[in-house]
Amino acid sequence: MKRASWLIPTIYIIFLMLPIYWLVSMSFKTTNEILGAFTLWPQNFTLENYYVIFTDPSWYMGYVNSIIYVIINTVLSVAVALPAAYAFSRYRFLGDKHLFFWLLTNRMAPAAVFALPFFQLYSAVGIFDTHLAVALAHTLFNIPLAVWILEGFMSGVPKQLDETAYVDGYSFWRFFIRIFIPTIAAGIGVAAFFCFMFSWVELLLAKTLTAVAAKPIAAAMTKTASSSGYELGLLAAAGTLTIIPGAIVIYFVRNYIAKGFALGRV
Amino acid sequence: MNKTVNHKAWFFVLPVLALVAFNAIVPLMTVVNYSVQESFGNNVFFWSGLTWFEEMLRSPRFHASLGRQLTFTFTILAIEIPLGVIIALAMPKKGIWVSVCLVLMAMPLLIPWNVVGAMWNIFALPEIGLLGKTLNSMGFDYNYTRQPGDAWFTLILMDVWHWTSLVVLLSYAGLVSIPDAYYQAAKIDGASSWAIFRYIQLPKMKRVLTIAVLLRFMDSFNIYTEPSVLTGGGPGNSTTLLSLDLVKIALGQFDLGPAAAMSLIYFLVILLFSWIFYTLMTRNEEQ
Repeated sequence: MKRASWLIPTIYIIFLMLPIYWLVSMSFKTTNEILGAFTLWPQNFTLENYYVIFTDPSWYMGYVNSIIYVIINTVLSVAVALPAAYAFSRYRFLGDKHLFFWLLTNRMAPAAVFALPFFQLYSAVGIFDTHLAVALAHTLFNIPLAVWILEGFMSGVPKQLDETAYVDGYSFWRFFIRIFIPTIAAGIGVAAFFCFMFSWVELLLAKTLTAVAAKPIAAAMTKTASSSGYELGLLAAAGTLTIIPGAIVIYFVRNYIAKGFALGRV
Repeated sequence: MNKTVNHKAWFFVLPVLALVAFNAIVPLMTVVNYSVQESFGNNVFFWSGLTWFEEMLRSPRFHASLGRQLTFTFTILAIEIPLGVIIALAMPKKGIWVSVCLVLMAMPLLIPWNVVGAMWNIFALPEIGLLGKTLNSMGFDYNYTRQPGDAWFTLILMDVWHWTSLVVLLSYAGLVSIPDAYYQAAKIDGASSWAIFRYIQLPKMKRVLTIAVLLRFMDSFNIYTEPSVLTGGGPGNSTTLLSLDLVKIALGQFDLGPAAAMSLIYFLVILLFSWIFYTLMTRNEEQ
């Protein structure tokens, strides 16, 4: 039993990799080969699809736009979540439990419900089709998550740390920035990772709130299926490229991914 | 941890409150507003009370998509949670393979949702997709664009592919937090591996598993992008889940009143279930 236990993760990982392999292999095929015959690997290996993406601004600007709003969102979410998480982990105050649950309810809000009102609200305040609009919209579900994760990490830091610092004559902000933030650096990393992840994968809101100037890559992909016929090779190449930023980020935080959830308290 | 009472802590929460309220309350009020009005175009609205809610709650179409939604959510929970636990139990605890497993398993989580849909759409095509071609050559009559049963099979397989890793990561986090001493004690007592699982590992994983159930419940109830790219709700209406139906009513037919009423009922259903999970969890923590 024990000796065969490596089999289960191996089979699972093969199952995970198969669709990804199919996408990557298709990105190196010509559209004719994809539609013409069933081939397990590219027969006429081509980089044409990638060449199109890297030379056409309507494609590569999609990546730039996505990365810009994801970064704005991550910085904003973590920055405002830090003091709030500190308050939840250290103090009791009027309505704290209700507020925490209310924050979590926003993590439950279906994007489909909010798409249209968001469009109207953001048009009304004049930030429609900007990176800021998407970044702000994504804070709806990322701030609750960041508060949740950071609160878990902060509760793991003994309160004596705060008290000792005050006795030593630190002001609150000096303590918070100089001592407290470095102490929970791992937690900030994990929170930032999850904000990055959920902002990177979300499409419905990002697509609704942008037209041209801030259009995300994921939305640019829907045009291949509609306007320029059925260019599967191009679609596959664009899809493959969207996997890469995520893979890089995972590699850097691999030791913290599991921990982040474990310490997050509901 | 014993916390001090300090009402000034509200100032720390204010930025979060302001941002989330801007995003949540204004759009929510817009939806509430639409749900109680009738419009004949030209931005002229009439008060219509609760008629939309009554209509929605009686409509067979809403019942059907709610039914499909519940079937989908509980099916994937029934598959992903046990499967995730089994994989987490079988994962190596130390060494280089831990990183390899974690990185590879986390990959589906970071692929944009429409890419996931598109990837499976191509992967499962009966003529040119690896899955579809393989199933057909094995003698199954498989075509997810025509047969509702196949569409459901593909949809559930896609979700298992996409999200089981989340359950694995969570369960694994729970498992590695168990001190070695527990296992040594169990060994001295001669406990079977089932007993170790039942009395040591499962209780330690309980908290993370509740988080997993809660997250999977909320996200699968809100699922929109993946099925919309994979099947578009078809064939017919067989895979039209709640949010797909909602978008069809709101943006396809532009029936804002019914769509808004449906949104609110939909949100209340999620809220109700999550509140039940939440209270069950906090009750366990107090014990």
